[in-house]
Amino acid sequence: MNIRRYFGEHLLPPLIGAGLFIVVWMILAQSSEALPGPMKTWNSAVALFSDPFYQNGPNDQGIGWNILYSLGRVGVGFSLAALIGIPAGFIVGRVQFIDKMTSPIISMLRPVSPLAWLPIGLLVFQAANPAAIWVIFISSIWPMIINTAMGVRQLPTDYLNVARVLNLSEWKIFTKILFPATLPYMLTGIRLAIGTAWLVIVAAEMLTGGVGIGFWVWDEWNNLNVEHIIIAIFVVGIVGLLLEMMLVRFAKRFSY
Amino acid sequence: MNRYVLIEDVQMSFSTRQGLYVALKDVSLTIARGEFITLIGHSGCGKSTLLNLVAGLLMPSDGILLCAEREIAGPGPDRGVVFQNHSLLPWLTCFDNVHLAVERVFGATEGKAQLNQRTHDALGLVHLTHAEQKYPHEISGGMKQRVGIARALAMQPKVLLMDEPFGALDALTRAHLQDELMKIVEKTNSTVIMVTHDVDEAVLLSDRVVMMTNGPAATIGEILKVDLPRPRNRLALANDVHYHRLRGAVLEFLYQKQAKDAA
Repeated sequence: MNIRRYFGEHLLPPLIGAGLFIVVWMILAQSSEALPGPMKTWNSAVALFSDPFYQNGPNDQGIGWNILYSLGRVGVGFSLAALIGIPAGFIVGRVQFIDKMTSPIISMLRPVSPLAWLPIGLLVFQAANPAAIWVIFISSIWPMIINTAMGVRQLPTDYLNVARVLNLSEWKIFTKILFPATLPYMLTGIRLAIGTAWLVIVAAEMLTGGVGIGFWVWDEWNNLNVEHIIIAIFVVGIVGLLLEMMLVRFAKRFSY
Repeated sequence: MNRYVLIEDVQMSFSTRQGLYVALKDVSLTIARGEFITLIGHSGCGKSTLLNLVAGLLMPSDGILLCAEREIAGPGPDRGVVFQNHSLLPWLTCFDNVHLAVERVFGATEGKAQLNQRTHDALGLVHLTHAEQKYPHEISGGMKQRVGIARALAMQPKVLLMDEPFGALDALTRAHLQDELMKIVEKTNSTVIMVTHDVDEAVLLSDRVVMMTNGPAATIGEILKVDLPRPRNRLALANDVHYHRLRGAVLEFLYQKQAKDAA
């Protein structure tokens, strides 16, 4: 009974959008020699994903490996950023002196493209892989500090009054009030951080090389394999979307 | 007279952008043990400020506040506070909300089972045993306020401080909770200071109604002794001449002596 309505309201619009997207792509591909059309790209993708985990030496590995390596770098850099950024955010939010001390530095460094930190990473670590992780770390740490600190600062005075009236210890205030009240903000920070981290990894890997989706794009550009570049764009987009959806679902469990 | 809570020459001023704002001036009040006091006045008269001073959430600019012969130097579990908007922690169950307070006060001297029993008893006192494992968003406004009262009472405070505890509730729930509060206070023999806007609530519940003048520099205008016998019954009082005389006195103070244009 409501299947038609569901189809009309929820499935039809995105399907029309995807259809139009493909049509525009086809028209553009028709008028340009270099740009491959949807069909050609699709065939290439089927071939590519039929063997995603092959290994022919360090510079020729399957798309699956490239994605996993990139995710691994993001995972490590991001986890380190969370490990340092979230406690730092709590301190910045709770201690006004430290907030005032650090806020000009954070405000100045935050708008800097994380890639600008790559040479510093290369210099310090003398290797490409830790340098890429370092860039991810830098790009993820700002939203985590800023959002956690904001959550701590916006803690309702009611809750703090409860803490004061009950005379709770600092530890109890942290575990029973501060942490749960800040959690939604923290998760927003984490979501923003993973978004930027995934944006930045492609560019960072283009510069550092090695196995990874970013370098793979660059490599395919050197091979003039444009189908693969387009496939990479879709892959990066879909993986980013999945990461975001995972975190949104996770965050929903902690909203009151 | 037994001086359980002593407020002497208290003055409270806040520094604002327009300069110093004197909220309270020359406030002196003595409260006996087991007494039920309501503070009534127009909004902005500083009655909540006075309550927060007793709670220790604010420090007076001048004057002294004592509770059981000890100076009030900050918030403490000897003064249980019930907030206007219940202020329960949304991520804890009703049981855990109350337990947090119980643990703080008795955790050092009592075992786990005893603490749980205390929590259970406090919720039983407000008839919420069935909702122990519910979260605040799962229960009604009146029930939340009852958990707030249970949390304050569970600490076995010397004084129970209530800041318009029923202000956000509908009239029927409010009446029900007032009746329940009267029974609890009788059972526990608590000393209560309550802020209210509601003339009927003030006369029904109090031993004395403290009427405050309008701010700035508000102070205590009159104190009305409510000598109605307890237990009080709202139905019987509805036709009681003396009750109406007392009620009239409060109304006269608020709307004649301290008449205020609607803000």
